[in-house]
Amino acid sequence: MVQGYVQIAIFFAVVLAVVKPLGIYMAKVFRGERVFLTPVLGPVERGAYKVLRVRPEEEGQDWKQYAKSLIVFSLLFWVLLYLILRTQGLDPWNPRGFHSAPWDVTFNTVSSFVTNTNWQYYGGEVTLSYFAQMAGLAVQNFVSAAVGIAVLVALIRGLAARSGRSLGNFWQDVVRILLYVLVPIAVVGALVLASQGVIENLSGYTVIHTLSGGTQVLGQGPVASQEAIKLLGTNGGGFFNVNSAFPFENPSGFTNVVEMFLILIIPASLTYTYGRMIGSQRQGWAIFAAMAVLLIAGTVVAYVAEQHGTPAQHLAGLHTHAMDGSTGGNMEGKEQRFGIASSALFTAVTTATSTGAVNNAFESLTGIGGAVPFSNLGFSEVIFGGVGSGLYSMLLYAILAVFIGGLMVGRTPEYLGKKIGAREIKLVALGVLVTPLTVLLSAGLAAAAPAGTRSLYAGFTPQGFSETLYAYLSQANNNGSAWAGYTGFLQPHGPGNVGAYGISFTDLLGGLVLIAGRFLPILFVLAVAGALAGKKVSPAGLGTMRTDNPTFVFLLLGIVVLVGALTFFPAILLGPVVQGLSTRLF
Amino acid sequence: MRGLGKELRTGLIAVLAMTLVLGLAYPLVVTGISQVLFPGAANGSKVSFDGRVVGSRLIGQEFKGKAFFHSRPSATGYSGDATFFANVGPNSKEGREEVRENLAAYLKLNKPFDRGLTKADVPVDAVTNSASGVDPQISQANARIQAHRVAAVRGLPLDEVEALIDGVVEGRGLGVFGEPGVNVLELNVALEEAAPLR
Repeated sequence: MVQGYVQIAIFFAVVLAVVKPLGIYMAKVFRGERVFLTPVLGPVERGAYKVLRVRPEEEGQDWKQYAKSLIVFSLLFWVLLYLILRTQGLDPWNPRGFHSAPWDVTFNTVSSFVTNTNWQYYGGEVTLSYFAQMAGLAVQNFVSAAVGIAVLVALIRGLAARSGRSLGNFWQDVVRILLYVLVPIAVVGALVLASQGVIENLSGYTVIHTLSGGTQVLGQGPVASQEAIKLLGTNGGGFFNVNSAFPFENPSGFTNVVEMFLILIIPASLTYTYGRMIGSQRQGWAIFAAMAVLLIAGTVVAYVAEQHGTPAQHLAGLHTHAMDGSTGGNMEGKEQRFGIASSALFTAVTTATSTGAVNNAFESLTGIGGAVPFSNLGFSEVIFGGVGSGLYSMLLYAILAVFIGGLMVGRTPEYLGKKIGAREIKLVALGVLVTPLTVLLSAGLAAAAPAGTRSLYAGFTPQGFSETLYAYLSQANNNGSAWAGYTGFLQPHGPGNVGAYGISFTDLLGGLVLIAGRFLPILFVLAVAGALAGKKVSPAGLGTMRTDNPTFVFLLLGIVVLVGALTFFPAILLGPVVQGLSTRLF
Repeated sequence: MRGLGKELRTGLIAVLAMTLVLGLAYPLVVTGISQVLFPGAANGSKVSFDGRVVGSRLIGQEFKGKAFFHSRPSATGYSGDATFFANVGPNSKEGREEVRENLAAYLKLNKPFDRGLTKADVPVDAVTNSASGVDPQISQANARIQAHRVAAVRGLPLDEVEALIDGVVEGRGLGVFGEPGVNVLELNVALEEAAPLR
């Protein structure tokens, strides 16, 4: 296992090395300063403002205007994506002549991609044309990520502002985030992946006459370009059904580490950007430290658990120990080129961030290994989390921690010198609790309603309960990974998709949960930003509770774990923990 | 302060322009560059034998019979165009049965050629479903067990087959990341070149 820990340690070291330079770069982008790409992209940026008819210097927005622009933008994209997916039969680049998925499945898919979730009830290669993947879904991978980052930037501006109400200009933020951050990194990432064997073409599916005389059809398509932004924007929706486990999406141990790197660099670096923009780097590192502790803990637990193997394997007489030339461990639902360590690391990284791409089958994880994705989602995606969304959610927790800390020592709570009043703490509490509440209500409804049980794969077992709970946990937290059995779209396993139909209850409930889990917290965050923007900053005194030292990191960790555990521990006990502690089969 | 009408107009232009730039220009430019710079990789890393394409280096195939190295078990019939996970849970009775059957079949196939082979020697990858259904690799331990059978059936010395295996081992990424594995299609192509069946 030593080699596995070395892989994990080197990966985190590489990510850590990027945090500062990328963090500084993004701070410059968000402040509208010159960066090294400005000579090339500056004219494009100015052209974009002209086309969009916005004058960002003159049009600072307060929180309501910022929210209005954001909602208009997201709503219009929702409508366009729905139209694209429902008129698929007319698309160019549709070599297999796919028709559209049913309306209910499309409702779910559209809501899923607009909210940066990429929960998928369909299998990409048997449902979608290349056109729908490129012009529909990949566009959402970019813009939903940009929206998440924009909300974070607005919140930081609210925290840092000395006076006034402006949180910046939404249109300017989105344009600059896309132009200077997401597109350049995605282009480089896509070309690196394509050079390593991730396919990137517009050819039809290829029929192969195999070496031993059979035939095999190979899916094709513009995968690399979508793969890069799928990870960079913490989206996670696979071009193929088995996502980053499919060799054409993730062909080697090297591409696997590139993909995990793309997932983490923006969420991790944003903590540095945050420190820089509020003028105290230590505040950024404090948040980073809290996130890193939870991510590393989750990775180690998953690795140890997966290396152990499963009760079903042991009872079948299989020896799951490592031997010369084999890693051993639970290789069910895993790929040889990733092995146990890189699969466990990917699992932790993709669920701690709100990515949800997978390189192994979650349903086949060991009980305790499976509890790691559950816990990561149960912490409301604040362990680095989605691009922008992870940090803005964590900042709500930070304010909550300050408030609770203030109650304990009997002082008026302050964060970054701003007094936290009744209005702010109410908004923060709502922002923190709305997602867990959505999960519990929807998962409870789905588990209790007869219509919900049609989506189960594993039936009324702990595994079946895990599937249901995880489906709504994943959708409400905008993650998008799945305990793959649970479905809202019954697709026969084969080309042509004949006889496929949607399960309306599951699709619609999921779609509403997706939207609630994304836009309600965003509105609360912007309202908090608006409430804080106009507040005066009082200088730190002797009695001020510091928020940049290990004590605060510990307090913040405690609050995150406490809220997550109090909300979800009973439910997680019924699913993965039962499976992890029991050697019974069912 | 901008009205809703102005916001809607800006929004509409943004939605259409971004779809053109991010949805068409971006993937088409990346496709163009990839097709020029890495045509082999961008088109599926195809493997040829005897003048014809016999598969992709990255996509595992089904191999039957005693004369070939076998890929890992697949829930999808090694499908390259309709993928799904096997979804065998950790405490599933069917999972136990499946592993049992796979173990028995593996021993039955290989034990006659490798007398000392026991359950305890069988590596996990040989009897568990891969994630993609088309895992192109098997572990080195798995390949070394199968080498006895393939060498005997093809009439090759064992060390020659083991040398072929070493020739198609794909190491860790940058020497560190992931696990080494043996590419089954490339190994079987190398076998066919060294000692053709027909």
